[in-house]
Amino acid sequence: MKFKTFAAFVGPSVFMMLLFIAAPLISVFLQSFQITQPVMQQIEVETCTPGFLTQTCTTELKTVPIIDDVTGKTQTTTEWVGLQSYRNVLQMDKVWEAIGAGSWGDILQIDFWKALRFTLSFTLLTLPLVIGVGLMIALAVNNASKSVRGPVIFVSLLPFIITPVIGSLSIYWLFVGDGILTVMLERWTGQDIAMFAQSWTIELLMYFYRVWHVAPFAFVIFYAGLQTVNMDTLESAIIDGASRFERLRYVIVPHLMPLIIFIALIHLMDCYRVFEEIVGFRSQAHVISLQWLTYDFLVPDDAGNRAVSRASASAMLTMIGIVLLLILPLRRTWRDHKGGAH
Amino acid sequence: MSSKATAQPLSLKIASGAFLAFWCLLAAFPIVWIAIMSFKSPRDAFAASAWDVIVGPATRAAGNGLSVLDIVLGLAFLFFALRWAFSGLPKLVEQYSPPGFIVLGWLVGAAAYALVFLLVFFGVLPLVFGALNSIAGPLGTPVLGLTTEHYVAVWGENQFYRNFLNSMLVTAGVVTISLTVGTLAGYGLARSGSNLAFWLLILALIFRALPHSVLVAGYLPWFINSAEILRPIFGNLSPTLYGQPWAVIAVLVSINQPFTIWMLRSFFQNIPAELDEAARVDGCSHFQAFRRVIMPVMWPGVITTGLFSFLLGYNDFLVTSLLLDAQNQTMVPAIAGYFNRETTTTDQVEAVAAAVSITAPLFLLVMVFQRQIVSGLTAGAVKG
Repeated sequence: MKFKTFAAFVGPSVFMMLLFIAAPLISVFLQSFQITQPVMQQIEVETCTPGFLTQTCTTELKTVPIIDDVTGKTQTTTEWVGLQSYRNVLQMDKVWEAIGAGSWGDILQIDFWKALRFTLSFTLLTLPLVIGVGLMIALAVNNASKSVRGPVIFVSLLPFIITPVIGSLSIYWLFVGDGILTVMLERWTGQDIAMFAQSWTIELLMYFYRVWHVAPFAFVIFYAGLQTVNMDTLESAIIDGASRFERLRYVIVPHLMPLIIFIALIHLMDCYRVFEEIVGFRSQAHVISLQWLTYDFLVPDDAGNRAVSRASASAMLTMIGIVLLLILPLRRTWRDHKGGAH
Repeated sequence: MSSKATAQPLSLKIASGAFLAFWCLLAAFPIVWIAIMSFKSPRDAFAASAWDVIVGPATRAAGNGLSVLDIVLGLAFLFFALRWAFSGLPKLVEQYSPPGFIVLGWLVGAAAYALVFLLVFFGVLPLVFGALNSIAGPLGTPVLGLTTEHYVAVWGENQFYRNFLNSMLVTAGVVTISLTVGTLAGYGLARSGSNLAFWLLILALIFRALPHSVLVAGYLPWFINSAEILRPIFGNLSPTLYGQPWAVIAVLVSINQPFTIWMLRSFFQNIPAELDEAARVDGCSHFQAFRRVIMPVMWPGVITTGLFSFLLGYNDFLVTSLLLDAQNQTMVPAIAGYFNRETTTTDQVEAVAAAVSITAPLFLLVMVFQRQIVSGLTAGAVKG
């Protein structure tokens, strides 16, 4: 295919990606060093109240934003502030203070570090669970008779396809207040349980939700992979006296290895941007994630202002994180490409 | 393979079957349970005992109940309606849709079917059953509490249909545009073995990994001030992009583009290159080969990719909640607004009903397109 034809085919897609993905990235990068504020001016205001004989008048200095005459909007200025927004997000002074005082737990009181801790533990803890559960379901379905496979796949797809916010809400409603599952747990343990009053129980539910939501995806892919396992290898393993577990360990898992890596890669990307769980479980007070932090800066506060520069700074930090996470798998792909695997 | 060596001991079979049953229960339970909750009065929906939630004594006491007769006849109606949807409806569609417009015929057919079903199920049947119940004696007394008042409140009073229409607009836009742009790019990438194509795919992979909030932080200031920024170019016609559904469509299409081109590329690689080579030998240009030879055989891949684009547009919360305002909010962010003001238990059950309303179309989607979804999931992994 000539370059010109290739460009004509790929052009629209590349244009959209550049305009709506690459350009915003540059814009975010620049914004994170800027701060946009309304221009304030001090004016003298004289307020008079009626009094006996004469009015009582007081003058005071007030700070108000300047309103543009033409557009009727507040005037704003944009300044370059260097790393100010990053400092506001990272709050390193508090971090050093906490380290100096030897109280490491205090670091996790700061929003950014709290979010980073949760996002990383969420990503890394759910990864083996998703792969393990997905593989178990795939093996079990592969074992089952043909007639039940269709319905099982149908039921399994439901958690995967459901809107993430709704999925987490549906689990939230089972546990909220005196939801039936909370009552069941209380009857078991004999003590009063409030699932949404402390962070670790919320986190447990979030881990559960994510595994519930993603395991079907892993299952479907593993199931497809299991159909292509080489039966001759499996039979020779049996002849060599490999036990059931050894066959799984030395024949099936190595066969599925590329799929495991694929799922791990996708899972790393998707988990790192954990967000909907925070909305669904309404856990902002206890547990937050990096993406939620940026979202929260972008939502207008009571005065209608959006903290765009702080959002940009936290977005840049989030991005650095994903680059670090993905560098290893991407280097591998590059080496494969160099090695002529294509 | 049913040789003696691979035969499994009974204990393993039982364990694997039990695990499977447990998984199915786990997978379906939360969804089924909120569906049950949405039909009960608030006191029953959040009752402590599971049995009360299912039977709904308070709902029944309020005069909303189903008798044994209702349940049996209702289920029978449901069964036949569903069976007809998979046997009679396709024939009817094929018979009456003009040739070449089979997709349009299906859309019209499905919409008409849904409308008639809703009218009969919620309009005609209750009247008929009411008359039957009064003469059926003990079989006609209500045993199961069930009420649709929350759905009426959500769709009627709270005007959820507006959000529904917005959702449909955004999703339809996302699916059509991302498929149009994506098939071209996917075809180009699949047929070009150049280094540039490889780098584009890697770039797309990196773009796919970006958290969406990073991108939205980039759009927001530009979208809010776009009227002023674009004034020198478009004059007074320059729009404010913030709150515009088509701006959100463009954003979602671009966010979805990396995934779309990866998936379509792996589908196109499955179509033998000899096919378009033969067309080229016969004198077609690349575009003609694409239009006349590839397009007729690429539909399975396009439908599958379209399904995943649909899911992205339909399920999105972050982009739509930040870039659309209250007037044209889609369904998923709207439900978040619901539980912010969720003060009474009635509000809570209404939120549950809204959640079930959002899930219902997805449920239908899995039912109709299960095979395509499975093939889509595996296409990227096994061959890519």
